[in-house]
Amino acid sequence: MAARATGAIHEDETVPEFTASGGDWSEIAAEAARLSGQRMVVNMGPQHPSTHGVLRIMLEIEGETVTEARAGVGYLHTGIEKNMEWRTWVQGPAFCTRMDYLASMFQEAGFCLATEKLLGITDDIPERANVLRVLVMELNRISSHLVAVGTGGNELGATTIMTTSFLAREYVLKVIEAITGLRMNNAYIRPGGVAQDAPEGIVDMLVDLDDKLQGKMAELADLQLKNPIFLGRTQGIAHLDLAGCMALGITGPMLRAAGLPYDVRKTDPYCGYETYDFQVPVAEGADAYTRTVLRMEEVYESMKIIRQCATRLAENPGPVMVADKKIAWPAQLALGSDGMGNSLDHIKEIMGTSMEALIHHFKLVTEGFKVPPGQVWQTVEAPRGELGVHVVSGGGTKPWRAHFRDPSFNNLQALSILCEGGQVADVVVAVASIDPVLGGVDR
Amino acid sequence: MTTRDESVARPPTTLLRVREGMFSGSGDTSGYGGFEQTFAMPGPTERPYGEWFDGVVDVLRELLGDDADSAIEAVIVDRGELTLVIHRDFIETVCRHLRDDQDLRFELSLGVSGVHYPADAGRELHAVYHLRSVTHNRRIRLEVAVADADPHIPTTTAVYPANNWHERETYDFFGIIFDDHPSLARIEMPDDWKGHPQRKDYPLGGVPVEYKGATIPSPDTRRQY
Repeated sequence: MAARATGAIHEDETVPEFTASGGDWSEIAAEAARLSGQRMVVNMGPQHPSTHGVLRIMLEIEGETVTEARAGVGYLHTGIEKNMEWRTWVQGPAFCTRMDYLASMFQEAGFCLATEKLLGITDDIPERANVLRVLVMELNRISSHLVAVGTGGNELGATTIMTTSFLAREYVLKVIEAITGLRMNNAYIRPGGVAQDAPEGIVDMLVDLDDKLQGKMAELADLQLKNPIFLGRTQGIAHLDLAGCMALGITGPMLRAAGLPYDVRKTDPYCGYETYDFQVPVAEGADAYTRTVLRMEEVYESMKIIRQCATRLAENPGPVMVADKKIAWPAQLALGSDGMGNSLDHIKEIMGTSMEALIHHFKLVTEGFKVPPGQVWQTVEAPRGELGVHVVSGGGTKPWRAHFRDPSFNNLQALSILCEGGQVADVVVAVASIDPVLGGVDR
Repeated sequence: MTTRDESVARPPTTLLRVREGMFSGSGDTSGYGGFEQTFAMPGPTERPYGEWFDGVVDVLRELLGDDADSAIEAVIVDRGELTLVIHRDFIETVCRHLRDDQDLRFELSLGVSGVHYPADAGRELHAVYHLRSVTHNRRIRLEVAVADADPHIPTTTAVYPANNWHERETYDFFGIIFDDHPSLARIEMPDDWKGHPQRKDYPLGGVPVEYKGATIPSPDTRRQY
């Protein structure tokens, strides 16, 4: 066999190989044991429904016990960071939104906040733009956690948990679509503000969403939290204590489930998070069950923030894009006949009244704006942990380098320590409790 | 272990690029072809650094003792962020002090990434470390610059196990070799891949795309500003 991405798990060329695609596991294991002794290396993935995308796991097992586990990633690497070096600062969000596709708003927010820090316009972002950013991020956090909880349940064989959470997620995505025009990969948050204002009736939509989510969350709690099968499969499984989390750089629900209430929204507030009233759920269990409960708690906290956003949106009609015309694209858009958002006032101005405005608009869109040289590090609290964005500007209209420290990428390192010594069947539970999104891992 | 050489120990004001003309890529018809402009990263900062920065630098210098001047090549404060430029020989020692001392306590590493500055002769490849102190609620950036011809940096995985995959990624994308890393294999690119794709001299690739009769050139052949 060729060299593997994570180093050799077994160098011995004489070990026979099996390809198993279904069937009775005990028969396969018995056959393998007959031919190769007790020690066996099993390859899971990269095309496996329970690996959350294209994750490959190499397991060395003895009977049903995992003695060694290695993760192989990179199957979804698309060079987004490299591509961003060739696009303007405004085009950036359309690229980085595709990294962790379940939490797209957080990459957009991290990148835009970093760009604004480089430009020195952090304090100039209008209040309503910040409220909208917080709103879409919290909506996105709910939809992401619902996928985590739902697929986690599905992988244990509980299809109803999956259908219930995906239905709840559908309600959230409908609101995200109404605000941004897209369900996923939104490119909604832009340097200087957001792409467009929220539609009329957004407050009613949010109130309605809140009602529906309350019901669905109660249903999910009923399905899971006292279910003896669910408890048996998740309690005490995939344990990782606080010291282990800190050494491995684990953040997000995994760290908070180990007892440390570390949340970037509280420690380094951005987009005005310090003005919202919400708690950081924290627990001591440090196992798969605690992480699931913690994610559901976080959904309730996000709903609390969304209710506050609704109040603020109703009170504050202000602009949603920074006033500086050297940076701002038109953001008060109306839906055109072609289904695209357009600012009719802006078109009237540049096409009908001012040649200079037309030239300016053309240059702003084709060349983009320049950002002074320097580097910044901006982190945001993504659903999976601390998302760090390291952006270097070379003084031009494009980033010199944009690096995303994706929480899934880092947290997946814990896979070995979560799985080794446990049962093969618990590997799937361990992966689900990390909640990795391979789009973010591989970028 | 690597040996020190003079080219690595230059005062670090990172040169980004020298631009000639108004833009590059296609032909410059602006009449400003002779125009030349130099871009550089923000240079070293003089004391006082402000906020808590002076205190942290003082404690670190004290812990390093006689090595302080050779270990800390520069202190850069820019946009409210503290960057320490560290000589590669001392990166592990510095990380250990930053993690263990009670006044520093940067217990959480948020990873390593690379940046390629091809114009910065002798210091082309930079490894950038972002550390987080949960205890003191602080953030710090360490930067290690090495020459493209000798891209070796000692690993920090013994201090921060979290850096394992991050160093592999930085090796994969930039070709920086982290000495004594437990398994410095490629992580994102296939094992038999040639080259390091995030370097500036590595082409982006792409083909011209035709849309409604017009041809749009690939992004790396478009005019650059």
